[in-house]
Amino acid sequence: MSPVPAPSDLPVELRTEALESILVEKGLVDPAVLDKFIKTYAEDVGPLNGAKVVAKAWTDPEYKARLLADGTAAIAAMGFKGPQGECIVVVENTPTLHHLVVCTLCSCYPWPVLGLPPGWYKDPAYRARAVREPRALLAEFGLELGSEVEIRVFDSSSEVRYMVLPERPAGTEGLSEEELVPLVTREAMTGVAKAKAP
Amino acid sequence: MTVLPLDIEGPAAPPRSNGELVFAAPWESRAFGMTMALHDRGLFEWEAFRQQLIRAVARAEAAGGGFSYYRCWLEALQTLLDTEGLVDAAAVEERVGVLACRPPGHDHEHGH
Repeated sequence: MSPVPAPSDLPVELRTEALESILVEKGLVDPAVLDKFIKTYAEDVGPLNGAKVVAKAWTDPEYKARLLADGTAAIAAMGFKGPQGECIVVVENTPTLHHLVVCTLCSCYPWPVLGLPPGWYKDPAYRARAVREPRALLAEFGLELGSEVEIRVFDSSSEVRYMVLPERPAGTEGLSEEELVPLVTREAMTGVAKAKAP
Repeated sequence: MTVLPLDIEGPAAPPRSNGELVFAAPWESRAFGMTMALHDRGLFEWEAFRQQLIRAVARAEAAGGGFSYYRCWLEALQTLLDTEGLVDAAAVEERVGVLACRPPGHDHEHGH
């Protein structure tokens, strides 16, 4: 195998364009398929899917039990499946137990429910510090957890991708499933925040 | 091990809404789309790509300086395609040279 030059040696835009033109010429990539994948993940698949899953779990105890027992199946039952969703495990936050999700080695993330990972999730600082000092890291995200709250960090991999089921916010008892959806952010489902107050 | 500051305000800052753009630049989306299209055709196992991505990320972090996730992604894809005998790395560099020599004011993919 010939060495691939360091990424900084050449403009990355040109490298990308060069590779794409070769792949299309060789017939390895259909530009329409390429465009479809970009559109799907830029516009369609995002954290709104996960928010619907969480809102349903908050309002339907039977669904919540299924979600915690077999996240992949319960999520697929709502129509959310696809690449990077082969095995999704959902972990529940409680007043005394907080879960934080990271991928220490790269950026494994449950695409069908959260879309592609945001910049901070891929950042070396986040990936290193989530494991080493999660409490301090969460404080920088604006989430101060008391010493009575245990923090568990889950490292997503190609085998298992984690999603957090956040606590249902106080004062939402009268809200419907649809009204709860906007309270559930991507940050809440990775454990760097709580669900928003109504 | 030094403590890396988490970028709170900059480009890697935590998004404040669910509306953050997925790709910071068009080339990032192209690199992503190529990878998905190739994998969709069964040309490589996702785990093979992931292992290359892990290595590229580790190299970039060891080198220090600004970290670009999609640069690592592109490097991983190029290395994988080269290793699998699908696209020779040297052919890509040659093509880059050709593209770099286009006259100013060009645009691409008009099909004219």
